[in-house]
Amino acid sequence: MTDVDVLSEAFELGFTYTRSTGPVMGRFLTALRDKRIEGIRASDGRVIVPPMEYDPETAAALDEFVEVGQEGEVMSWCWVSEPRRAHPLQQPFAWAMIKLDGADVAMIHCIAATDEAALHTGARVKVRWADEPRGHISDIACFELAGVAP
Amino acid sequence: MSEDNNAQAREPVTGMDAPIYLQYQFTAGRAPSRFLHALKQGRLTGQRCPGCSQVYIPPRGSCPACGIATDEEVTLSNKATVQSFTIVYIPIPGNPIKPPYIVANLVPDGANISFIHLLSDCVNEEVHIGQRVEAVWKPAQEWDYKMDNILYYRPLEEPDVPVELIGRLPVEGWEGQA
Repeated sequence: MTDVDVLSEAFELGFTYTRSTGPVMGRFLTALRDKRIEGIRASDGRVIVPPMEYDPETAAALDEFVEVGQEGEVMSWCWVSEPRRAHPLQQPFAWAMIKLDGADVAMIHCIAATDEAALHTGARVKVRWADEPRGHISDIACFELAGVAP
Repeated sequence: MSEDNNAQAREPVTGMDAPIYLQYQFTAGRAPSRFLHALKQGRLTGQRCPGCSQVYIPPRGSCPACGIATDEEVTLSNKATVQSFTIVYIPIPGNPIKPPYIVANLVPDGANISFIHLLSDCVNEEVHIGQRVEAVWKPAQEWDYKMDNILYYRPLEEPDVPVELIGRLPVEGWEGQA
């Protein structure tokens, strides 16, 4: 059998999902659009950000929203030296667990920093808002180091 | 920002777009590439297993039953038999075909396995398993390395194929059936 030109082409498969947020996540995203961050108070008094719909201990519905600060502390982090196309930042950055002031649990987001050496656990970071917030987690464009770390 | 946008901005967020895009570089491989080259020339081809003699379309380069390479290429017929089918009533976003329409598993004469294609130019309610159909090709100048060189299949005025013979007709179809 004679040989053949093997064919190859780019191919994109898209799943264009639209998701309903529900009232709790919807309120969180609505607050983000107004450049505020809201958590929710659990039955043990902890403030959870992003808010959970149901209590992690009792499973009761939660509804006591609490606004938290726009600065926080890096609990742990991981440097991404080669960002991929789908990543929120296209220059090297860190994924981090950040405990916002007034919150009792950390939330994951990204930190823009000049290099890996500038970051450490315990570093103080602050929100940089997107230019045009739209009710999405990316309304927090990223976190940045807040002044001099303690 | 216009007043409309301001009004919209005051509405609580209730939904979000969450698309997922998967980017591939699809490489067909040697056997499917041969199939696609033949398709561009207006021919349906399969490959025969040297062990069990089954003919596969589209060819993958090996026999799924025997696990051995298939390199004998076979030109198949434009005629085929309906092995199974479904009538689609639900519109799929982005699909230009208007429901209701028929998607069928079709076995071309000379092959022993079915592929999926559209069945059209027919009365949907009269389509049935064992029905004889033939390929309707696009004009030759539009042929590309694509299965939709065949627009759809349409019914033939031929006797039905009994279920036990579906997938067993030779490339000559009923004419070659001993």
